[in-house]
Amino acid sequence: MKAKTMDRLMTGVIVGVGFLIIALLAALLGYLLIRGVGHISWHFLTSPPESIRAGGGIGPQLFNSLFLLVLTMIITIPLGLGAGIYMSEYAKPSRLTAFIRLVVEVLSSFPSIVVGLFGLLVIVNRFGLGLSLMSGALALTVFNLPLMVRITEQALRAVPREQKEAGLALGLSRWRTITTVMVPIAVPAIVTGTILAAGRVFGEAAALLFTAGMSSPRLDFTDWNPLHHTSPLNPFRPAETLAVHIWKVNSEGLAPDAAQIAAGASAVLIVTVLLFNLCARWLGRVLYRKLTAGR
Amino acid sequence: MNMTETRLQADSISMPGDRRLPKHRLEELRGKSYVLLCVLLLIVIIFSIVYFIASRGLTPFLSQGVRIGDMLGGLKWSPEADTPLLGALPFLFGSFATSLLAAVIAAPLGICAALFMTEMMPKVGKNILQPAIELLAGVPSVVYGFVGLSVVVPFLRNNFPGQGVGVLAGAIVLSVMILPTITTIATDALRTLPAGLKEGSYALGATRWQTLSRLVIPTALPSLMTGVVLGIARAFGEALAVQMVIGNAPHIPHSLFQSASTLTSIITLSMGNTTSGSLHNNALWSLALILLLMTFLFVFIVRLLEGRVKRV
Repeated sequence: MKAKTMDRLMTGVIVGVGFLIIALLAALLGYLLIRGVGHISWHFLTSPPESIRAGGGIGPQLFNSLFLLVLTMIITIPLGLGAGIYMSEYAKPSRLTAFIRLVVEVLSSFPSIVVGLFGLLVIVNRFGLGLSLMSGALALTVFNLPLMVRITEQALRAVPREQKEAGLALGLSRWRTITTVMVPIAVPAIVTGTILAAGRVFGEAAALLFTAGMSSPRLDFTDWNPLHHTSPLNPFRPAETLAVHIWKVNSEGLAPDAAQIAAGASAVLIVTVLLFNLCARWLGRVLYRKLTAGR
Repeated sequence: MNMTETRLQADSISMPGDRRLPKHRLEELRGKSYVLLCVLLLIVIIFSIVYFIASRGLTPFLSQGVRIGDMLGGLKWSPEADTPLLGALPFLFGSFATSLLAAVIAAPLGICAALFMTEMMPKVGKNILQPAIELLAGVPSVVYGFVGLSVVVPFLRNNFPGQGVGVLAGAIVLSVMILPTITTIATDALRTLPAGLKEGSYALGATRWQTLSRLVIPTALPSLMTGVVLGIARAFGEALAVQMVIGNAPHIPHSLFQSASTLTSIITLSMGNTTSGSLHNNALWSLALILLLMTFLFVFIVRLLEGRVKRV
């Protein structure tokens, strides 16, 4: 009988932990939204921050985060797709392949602050890009690339063998088969993975402290010429992102409403990440249905 | 044979009298060189990361007269003093203490969550707990830091001695951050166990807990450990969330509620305020090099554990 009591007890414990984690997430989201949403207004989302007075917004930071995300993805996606295609289609089981696999694994487990420091040393100083959006995007590429490679590789490996063989049997070159037969089938998985990776990039801060910088110069949102100094589109200006701003406000914010700003910005960040998550699931499903069922 | 002939003909039709490569060969070559270039870039990146950080991080030992033992074993960190002391032991201690403590909190929770999803209530697990874990994994680290600062720290301050900031606050924040890593890997490991294993045990009359504790968990142990090690690795390298709640005092704390520092927190705080090339600055690069080497160590441990999984 003792074994049965023990069994009931441990079942209770495990079920309890399961529900505890669900409650934890609910409490976390609830706390962030309840504390933050009250502070979110059109003014808060569009106006520049104030350093000493109350009433500052997060407009430039929000823009910087989105722009940086686009820049990073423009650089990461082609490179990640290429390396992922190599890993799944061209790599033969050999020592070299095992070594490349190790490289990807190590690269993906580097702490993001180390990637940021590498960016400071090489991209900011040696390449002379300075603290700029471009440096930030390149550092985030280093941080994001291994993930992108893994997503592509797994998506391509999940493509049915027959599809590939049919393409090859028709006399298509290997490269043609990959780009016109396999990649389209793998697209839903790649898109889902990419959007989730984008969420990670959007919230990243440690790699950006020393690459994109912690300051945001005054931006002129009427000037869209990327070559102008105050233009929001200039990729060679320093740019503080939303995540970096949250960190800065929390650790050295002087404005009297610093706590509310941090709460509001955190709520914006978490809502965006949630949107990325939902979007990834939805788009993945829609694309899957579109590309597999009759067209 | 027939096919090759047709193809040769097709090629010669498309390129009459031309000795250049046929079109499909050319595009194959182009594609292949592009993907090779991408992979080459990955290799170049990793070697340059190691090279550049090592070249800066080793400078204090090679040309500025600091002994490695003094740095790893020294208790006092005062790089701007007249006789600079570069004892990094408090930071090493802080990093290990927070990440190991975080793993001690998160590992049982994560493994229980995985058991819940695979053995107890697969439906609730798949529809609620799994998405919840995925969302937790997506929450940015600064948001964890913010919640830690505005919830965990005040709670600790009101209920325990001290200011609230410290090793325990850092460990609690980190434990929530690494919970998804541990849970996901544990769930995958439990799902891939052969079904016959459990059925045999139930057939012998064992209860569910007896089956889990004596059969399922021991069999999956190397994989479960892999998840825990990856969690520790993530906690060890996490910078901002920890820096926000740990208090940043450069000494070894006497209790869990005293302010401390980690390798990442001191780098985050000081790197921007030091001039490039100074001893202080180079010493921070040495700390970064330690982080880098720890990453290699963690990957090595994970590889060892995975080797065991394959042999079982």
